[in-house]
Amino acid sequence: MGNKQTIFTAQQLDAYQVSQEKLLFHRYRDLAPQLVPLDYTNQPDVRLPYELIGSMPELKDNPFRQRIAEVFSEDGEGNMTLDDFLDMFSVLSEMAPRDLKAYYAFKIYDFNNDDFICKSDLEKTLNKLTRNELTEDEVRMVCEKVMDEADLDNDGRLSLEDFQHMIVRAPDFLSTFHIRI
Amino acid sequence: MEEDKKWKERAKIRKRKRLKREEQQDQEEGGQKRGQRRGQSHPEMEEKTEEEEARRGGGEEDRERRRRSRKIERTTRMKRRKRRQRRRKRQRKRTKSPEELERLKEAVDERKKLITTLRGKPWPMRKKLESQLFVEKYEGALGKGRGRKLYAYKVMMRKKWMKFERDLENFKTACIPWEMKIKEIESHFGSSVASYFIFLRWMYGINMILFSLTFGLVMVPEALMGRPYGSIPRKTVPREEQASAMDFAVLWDWGGYAKYSVLFYGYYNNQRAVGWLKFRMPLSYFLVGVGTVAYSYMVVIRTMARNAKEDGGGDDTSFNFSWKIFTSWDYLIGNPETADNKFASITTSFKEAIVEEQESRKDDNIHLTRFLRVLANFLVLCCLAGSGYLIYFVVRRSQKFALEGLDNYGWWERNEVNMVMSLLGMFCPMLFDVISALENYHPRIALQWQLGRIFALFLGNLYTFIIALMDQINLKRAEEEIVKFNMTAWQANLYNGTIPENSTAPPITVDPADVPRGPCWETMVGQEFVRLIISDTMTTYITLLIGDFLRAVLVRFLNHCWCWDLEYGFPSYSEFDVSGNVLGLIFNQGMIWMGAFYAPCLPALNLLRLHVSMYLQCWAVMCCNVPQERVFKASGSNNFYMAMLLVILFLSTLPAIYTIVSIPPSFDCGPFSGKSRMFDVIQETLESDFPAWFGKVFSYASNPGLVLPFLLLMVLAIYYLHSTSKTYKHANLELKKKLQAVSEELIIFMSLPHLSSRGRHHFSKDSRDSRHSSTSHPVVQGYRNGRGSALSHSQIPPSTRPPAPRVHRYQPGPLPGHPGQPASRKQDSSLSSRSR
Repeated sequence: MGNKQTIFTAQQLDAYQVSQEKLLFHRYRDLAPQLVPLDYTNQPDVRLPYELIGSMPELKDNPFRQRIAEVFSEDGEGNMTLDDFLDMFSVLSEMAPRDLKAYYAFKIYDFNNDDFICKSDLEKTLNKLTRNELTEDEVRMVCEKVMDEADLDNDGRLSLEDFQHMIVRAPDFLSTFHIRI
Repeated sequence: MEEDKKWKERAKIRKRKRLKREEQQDQEEGGQKRGQRRGQSHPEMEEKTEEEEARRGGGEEDRERRRRSRKIERTTRMKRRKRRQRRRKRQRKRTKSPEELERLKEAVDERKKLITTLRGKPWPMRKKLESQLFVEKYEGALGKGRGRKLYAYKVMMRKKWMKFERDLENFKTACIPWEMKIKEIESHFGSSVASYFIFLRWMYGINMILFSLTFGLVMVPEALMGRPYGSIPRKTVPREEQASAMDFAVLWDWGGYAKYSVLFYGYYNNQRAVGWLKFRMPLSYFLVGVGTVAYSYMVVIRTMARNAKEDGGGDDTSFNFSWKIFTSWDYLIGNPETADNKFASITTSFKEAIVEEQESRKDDNIHLTRFLRVLANFLVLCCLAGSGYLIYFVVRRSQKFALEGLDNYGWWERNEVNMVMSLLGMFCPMLFDVISALENYHPRIALQWQLGRIFALFLGNLYTFIIALMDQINLKRAEEEIVKFNMTAWQANLYNGTIPENSTAPPITVDPADVPRGPCWETMVGQEFVRLIISDTMTTYITLLIGDFLRAVLVRFLNHCWCWDLEYGFPSYSEFDVSGNVLGLIFNQGMIWMGAFYAPCLPALNLLRLHVSMYLQCWAVMCCNVPQERVFKASGSNNFYMAMLLVILFLSTLPAIYTIVSIPPSFDCGPFSGKSRMFDVIQETLESDFPAWFGKVFSYASNPGLVLPFLLLMVLAIYYLHSTSKTYKHANLELKKKLQAVSEELIIFMSLPHLSSRGRHHFSKDSRDSRHSSTSHPVVQGYRNGRGSALSHSQIPPSTRPPAPRVHRYQPGPLPGHPGQPASRKQDSSLSSRSR
């Protein structure tokens, strides 16, 4: 193709339906140049540990960075391959549709991975958001209020549909659930 | 030799078999086996795993043993594969029958449709890649065989086209200007400050289009193909002014050579067709003027419609806490200081919301509050009236100065109007801010009042300015009559000097600079607008430098030797005023729209100004401002600013339209000189440039008998659309109420007394357990065991469905009050959910 070094084959480029895949690849590689080869045509199995991902400038101040890495990584521990990395940034980009973002937001806020956001998940979210500055009573009150508002089937926890029903009406969801790279 | 040949042949056969085998394996065994194969026996991956194991350690012998065992595994696997393949070959026919090909084609088409929606599916990248590879392999197979060459060619072209589209998209994303700057600001200040810069960039885009229209279709043709400078009177600086035409002061004031150039209306010749292209200059001027307004309307309304769609139906307070918890963290933040601020503001907002929720609002003194609010509004009205009168007074004074000749007065008198308007625009909003402290509103409502008042202030100022301008226009038109009279006298004088000849008077060459000139009110209007914009720009920049930069420098360096802490106390660093800046931008654009018809240079000036603003403000924000302490959202602010822009667009095109329609153009300058109204150029073009039947059709179409029913029809259509949208909103509200009613019913049923408490607990606990134990949620499963499940279409992508027709997987279990045995029902539900 005229490049001195092809990073991806033409097939791979077609398959990744992400824009700016070269930019993202270089960001991925910059995290650990010695581990990530320049030539991805043979689909090497390279996995970057969570510590490297969590130290990216876009993520290091985010209180949910661990959950984000866990949700998008294949092994659920936060160690990401290039596929996972591209996935993550494509969902968090501006172009991703609202429903897709809502789905992944649900997974991020579901701390115990039981496909429901229960009270303990809400408490953890709130404490991460306020850095434990609220008292226990206040935390309890807020979680109860959230359950009242969003739990439509009244099972005491938010399912994916409850969550989606609530979040797609939020005016700032799209603008805040967005990372620019 | 023979052995060599045989070996080579066998190698070739082996290679061919391997390729075919891969194809057939995909076809017959499906995704699961493919996943397994990928996980296991890719030769290069095997080497890698060997290396990894070697790295991890173990002795030499272990390594040898491992290598040997793996080799054995590999050979047995290959043998197994060969056996399988030979068996299959015996079973199958060699070439595919046409029905098989058809089925294949259908499968490929189905997969292709799936791929188009791939982006919206929450599948991990690996799955998406698999489905893509599937399509590719099949397309390859379909391409072989006779008569399929065209299909293969089409497929190849389509692939190339997709690649081209993606490259184009990447290129376009890379071309977006200032992306990195905005990202930096976003990560430091959050999305609300960055939204101002994104708005600025969007305005820059619009002005670029306006500039290209006016520059390319008006200024360039006149400069290249029109008569050059100095050839006719209107294009030459008059003799009286020539001495000072090049002075900087005159040029800065847009007089002298600047006035008699393509920058202003007066320069343009009214010749119908110029140059070898026969470019219709007056027509182009008129159409560009109309076109810029039309384009602006289109863009603003399209953006508003897009924003409205995303907003999803207006304000909703039913999910207050939920939205606070899930959407308050701004993922764009990439800076620890901003993150600290954000944490603090989130905590504060939660605390406030809790307090509001806990106590009922006790307005301890409603009357005092109301009185204070009325007082505040009265003060604001006084302010507005005062500023309006001040501008009127100043404009009157400037007219008096103009009559007495501007040379007698200094710089202040000459620029009084512009300076007063800019200063008012700077100080009155601060005054409104102070007055609003009396009102004691919630910050969001206070912000809306503030924006409304600033809007009224600017509007009042602008319209007073326009009224003053109208006075000046009338003055100039009165002057025209006198000049016309003088011209005839002068011309008669000129001819008197030469030998009178009855038949043909010889063309007397008079230097164009000496011809007495008529007044040109259009150029005057254009000049006024340009001066206004320049002074506005200067004021903004100077305020920025003094108010932000100087203040930051003082706070920073005087802090050492000052009594109180400057950084926390009185001045401190300034915050970026988003709403003030956005309003300034909007009003600036309004002035451009107003004046662009009379001064084609305005869009170019504005483009330059926006460009400089972008860099200057980006630098100032990063250097002198701190992130906002109190972060609340001016709700729906996106469409709010667009709505203001639309109103300004409408209000600023009104005066221009009025002048075009009602005031006759000057007789001595501009492309419409000599016509009775500016829009006569359209009539003229229709008559002379179009065939006769076109003119007839147009005259029929513009018949009032046809236009009025058309207008009536449009009004009816608007009414109909408005009423349908109202019914939709009403239906939406009804559905919401129903939803609430259903959930309330559930609560009531759950608390019915005839249910024993143990039974209820047992039931609810069991149902929860059963749901836990069931391997439910196929999408999650597909995600976790990435390669495990096939590309099954049973995975339901998440979508916003109304909750009523629920997916059967998420059954809440039978209602407790339901007729029938709760016990057996409970078993059923647990069984059915487990079987999923």
